[in-house]
Amino acid sequence: MQVEPRVIPVLLIADGRFVKTRRFSDPVYVGDPVNVLSIFNEFVVDEIITLDIVAAKSRVPQSFDLLQHYAEECFIPLAYGGGLTSMEQIGEVFRSGYEKVVVNSLLADRPGIVESAASLYGSQAVVASIDVRGGRDARKVVIHGNGDVVADSPAGWARRAVDLGVGEILVTSVDREGTGIGFDLELVAEVAEAVDVPVIAHGGAGQRTELALPVLESGASAVAAGSLFVFQSQERGVLINYPPRSQIERLFRPTDRAHVEPRE
Amino acid sequence: MCRRLGDTPVVSGDPGTVASADKLLLPGVGAFDAGMASLHGSGLVEVLRLLANEGVPILGICLGMQLLFDSSEEGVAAGLGLIPGVVRRLPVDSPVGPVRIPHMGWSRLEHCRPHGLTEGIGEEARFYFVHSYVVVPYDDGDIMGVSTHGSRFVSAVARENVLGVQFHPEKSHRYGKALLGNFLRGF
Repeated sequence: MQVEPRVIPVLLIADGRFVKTRRFSDPVYVGDPVNVLSIFNEFVVDEIITLDIVAAKSRVPQSFDLLQHYAEECFIPLAYGGGLTSMEQIGEVFRSGYEKVVVNSLLADRPGIVESAASLYGSQAVVASIDVRGGRDARKVVIHGNGDVVADSPAGWARRAVDLGVGEILVTSVDREGTGIGFDLELVAEVAEAVDVPVIAHGGAGQRTELALPVLESGASAVAAGSLFVFQSQERGVLINYPPRSQIERLFRPTDRAHVEPRE
Repeated sequence: MCRRLGDTPVVSGDPGTVASADKLLLPGVGAFDAGMASLHGSGLVEVLRLLANEGVPILGICLGMQLLFDSSEEGVAAGLGLIPGVVRRLPVDSPVGPVRIPHMGWSRLEHCRPHGLTEGIGEEARFYFVHSYVVVPYDDGDIMGVSTHGSRFVSAVARENVLGVQFHPEKSHRYGKALLGNFLRGF
């Protein structure tokens, strides 16, 4: 395998703490960001995405000093999203030691800023996060932390983001987020077929054995998960964990996982 | 990361400070023209050329590596011209079918020749890449290592004291630490 698929923990920031939600609500405390990040750093995870779910709604990011503090002991790639509304703020994220900014509501509210950010910092540094509510035939793109609906399909919205210059799409199933019922493989395939930039599948991972499905069956380039990497079970007891490299390599080898059936 | 390695880095855009450096890391995120404009704006272009000629070790990282070359397909600005060659867009078509651009993720480094920078770094080492463009040196002798994203591309270069890597050692954990350690301790 030439580019190894990335397996990415997604960590949610709320008022300076890491939390984990279920279907975008019901947050459970996971831990202090610096501690949790340093554990993931020791696991040498492929990449980490941090999303401030409070800022996503209030549209005001927390202090960049704090974001820099999180990044300091992390020698792996980091992305940040949540409440970014200006080029100045986006610049602050990069100066704070993050490789990528994640934009979501900004795609609808101020697409010109997304375009400027991609042209100044490069496409590879801007990730479009697309939250999708509903299942087959009823999928809706939502923004402002599952607040408002966008009048476009997930595929159409992804194409629009790519036209603005983003270099990567994080597609999240709102209904599956935090549930562990499995990825929405159809949704991921729909988005991956619509664009030619890398797509990260997120929302619903319940077992390590499912991690490869969006890559092997839906054309994703990476998979992301929250609960799977911060809880030990569906009872949501905190246990920061990450599959060892040998297990990731095994899971993503197409021949070895014929026995894993996607769950509906 | 340099601090972790026991060094005392100075982050500077000031020509005077940069001119007094023993060793230089030239990082870079963003587009080629914006990167050159920023170097011109802070008066660093001449300083970098001078230091390179004086034999000061310079390590360009990601865009910083691309800026060492003459020009880029990504823009119209002239590069630093410290290593002869150009910067081209990563090809979508490859022997294994079309690949997605940007190339994002961890890839291995195949060593083309032994070098102090990569000493002790085995073939199992993985480095983190985030880029859409790749360098094409005119002189094959400048190629230190290659990596593969569909097609093979040059991921590490060395021309005397001027070095460059396409990946991000500062984000490549233990392997990146080893490589930066080599740069800081060797040479």
